[in-house]
Amino acid sequence: MSDIRTQDIAFVREEILDQQPPPRSQLGVAKWLRENLFSNWFNGLLTIVSIVVLFMVLSSVLPWVFGGVWDAGSLAECRDILNERFGNTHYACWAVITERWQQLIFGFYPETEYWRAIVAFVLMLVAIMPVLFDNLPRKLLWVTIAFPFLMVWLVWGGTIWGPLSVAVGFVIGGIAFSIIDRRYSSIIALIAAVLITIVWWLFIGPSVVEGLNALIPLGELKRVESRELGGFMICLIIGISGIALSLPIGIVLALGRQSDLFIVKMICVGFIEFIRGVPLITLLFTASLILNYFLPPNTTFDLTLRVIIMVTLFASAYMAEVIRGGLAALPKGQYEAADALGLDYWKAQRLVIMPQALKISIPGIVNTFIGLFKDTTLVMFIGIFDMLALSNAIRANSEWNGIYWELFVFIGLIFWVCCFAMSQYSQWLERKLRTDHR
Amino acid sequence: MSLAEQRSIDRTQMKVSDEIAIQITNMNKWYGEFHVLRDINLTVHRGERIVIAGPSGSGKSTMIRCINRLEEHQQGKIIVDGTELSSDLKNVDKIRSEVGMCFQHFNLFPHLTILENCTLAPMWVRKTPKKEAEEIAMHFLEKVKIPEQAGKYPGQLSGGQQQRVAIARSLCMKPRIMLFDEPTSALDPEMIKEVLDTMIELAEEGMTMLCVTHEMGFARQVANRVIFMDQGQIVEQNEPEEFFNNPKSERTKLFLSQILGH
Repeated sequence: MSDIRTQDIAFVREEILDQQPPPRSQLGVAKWLRENLFSNWFNGLLTIVSIVVLFMVLSSVLPWVFGGVWDAGSLAECRDILNERFGNTHYACWAVITERWQQLIFGFYPETEYWRAIVAFVLMLVAIMPVLFDNLPRKLLWVTIAFPFLMVWLVWGGTIWGPLSVAVGFVIGGIAFSIIDRRYSSIIALIAAVLITIVWWLFIGPSVVEGLNALIPLGELKRVESRELGGFMICLIIGISGIALSLPIGIVLALGRQSDLFIVKMICVGFIEFIRGVPLITLLFTASLILNYFLPPNTTFDLTLRVIIMVTLFASAYMAEVIRGGLAALPKGQYEAADALGLDYWKAQRLVIMPQALKISIPGIVNTFIGLFKDTTLVMFIGIFDMLALSNAIRANSEWNGIYWELFVFIGLIFWVCCFAMSQYSQWLERKLRTDHR
Repeated sequence: MSLAEQRSIDRTQMKVSDEIAIQITNMNKWYGEFHVLRDINLTVHRGERIVIAGPSGSGKSTMIRCINRLEEHQQGKIIVDGTELSSDLKNVDKIRSEVGMCFQHFNLFPHLTILENCTLAPMWVRKTPKKEAEEIAMHFLEKVKIPEQAGKYPGQLSGGQQQRVAIARSLCMKPRIMLFDEPTSALDPEMIKEVLDTMIELAEEGMTMLCVTHEMGFARQVANRVIFMDQGQIVEQNEPEEFFNNPKSERTKLFLSQILGH
């Protein structure tokens, strides 16, 4: 009995089978079509309905887009051309873009000074590159550091001394910190450095700048007031400043919220919950109207700067919560291993915790960035001429009265390109930083 | 356990000196209301290899985690290498850089390569130049027999390899004391041996070691003292021969019968 059973079960393979090609239905286009479009009768029906709908939409949109008029002086002229060409006006009138695109991009910036905005824009691209791609030469980071000051000088004009004095304030603060830090504790050093910097900015710097302006007006450019800025340019200025500042502030807030120090924790929680509980538009109105009551009389605190501060604070509260999520996702063992190696709190955060927490938070961080960038259109409500406000202004002109779609499509396209670029970059970064299961 | 048959262990090198490495006196710790460590007294001499055993929840991990202040004790005194553990952060960081620790779940830094894992602390805590830190790291990676993995990330290594990297990472700080918190408990059976071999080599070089483990074979061969803990107290401690062959307390007997019984 047992012999028979052994004979039935025992088995030894003596040759290895060659690889066979899969059946034809499992290959190429046929497989893809079958799996994705016609896997059963219901899906097949859905596919056919979708194709019909797609055809109907595209057959009316595509002619509208590609049959449009690019060269006309007014909407009326545009319609005349269309009537002549097609017998109806169901086509776009892109002429408004060809005629007014400069206004949409630069706002009311003086036309003779456009080059300054363009130089600032190119510098911005150069400054951002080494931050985004770490295989570029590290020396480019000097451009990044110098960029904010150069940008202010280029866009707002005046001599180079004003922005330089602000930069000097940072340098003085940094030097003060490193000197005091060596003698006393870092907290005292930090407070002292901040005070010294503020004293320089408010009291010493301005008079030095005045003196230098009178003596050697180096690199004097025509002054441009904040209210002359507008269009895509103001969106970029507010958006990029907000993005660059909200990440570090968000990190500090997230760490503060997890701190063991009760007062630090309470301040951070209070700040985050307050800012998140208030609509951005309220903060912007505060920036444009109420803030003036609290400032000493005769101080001029630039409106753009006030808006940047509000947008930054708003985004950093969200950023803090996004990063807190990343911190919470890290296993406790990572903190313990960093501690056990003797790394102090800040080194552990910088070398071990933050690189991982930020990596986990990339989707949320970029989400916040994109939201912030699009929220810059809200500044139209406090009288800044962003692209949407300019589209109203363009319509207010009798030549273009009644034109909507073309302007909105153009503005939407600009935002979409920027946001899609951010999204693509973040996905690339996530793939690059993936170190597990390779 | 048949480790001894596979590998002859040189106990002559494992000398215990009179110098005291760790002294714990009347240490108590509570988690809220719960009294986790009760009146712990322990003196560890330089060169001692101590294995700490006991049922789960007996406080053995908590005790060794108090030694480098991953856990804070509330009463009593812990002196490590002549420095008393207090809330002074400078003292704590000094002790932590002298005391190496290996965890059950390795806790390698997944965003850094194996080499970067090993050079991180020497470069940032000891301020060793990068090149020198890399030489030290390669030396210890060779010692744990995985120099060829230096450029990989932790996620690409097996559990046993990761734990050996974790040991190398600790050794790069040139610690005088090593703490092991269940280093083999998360490993597949076939990987336990490679980690234990590394630990045995360390013992042979005279490293002071405290090891929480359930590997009784390791305890028998390498340890010069076995400590049995239960309910937050040290219940029994003895030389391994005596401890295993002739346990004194009832709880020890019960524990040994449970883990050696099958």
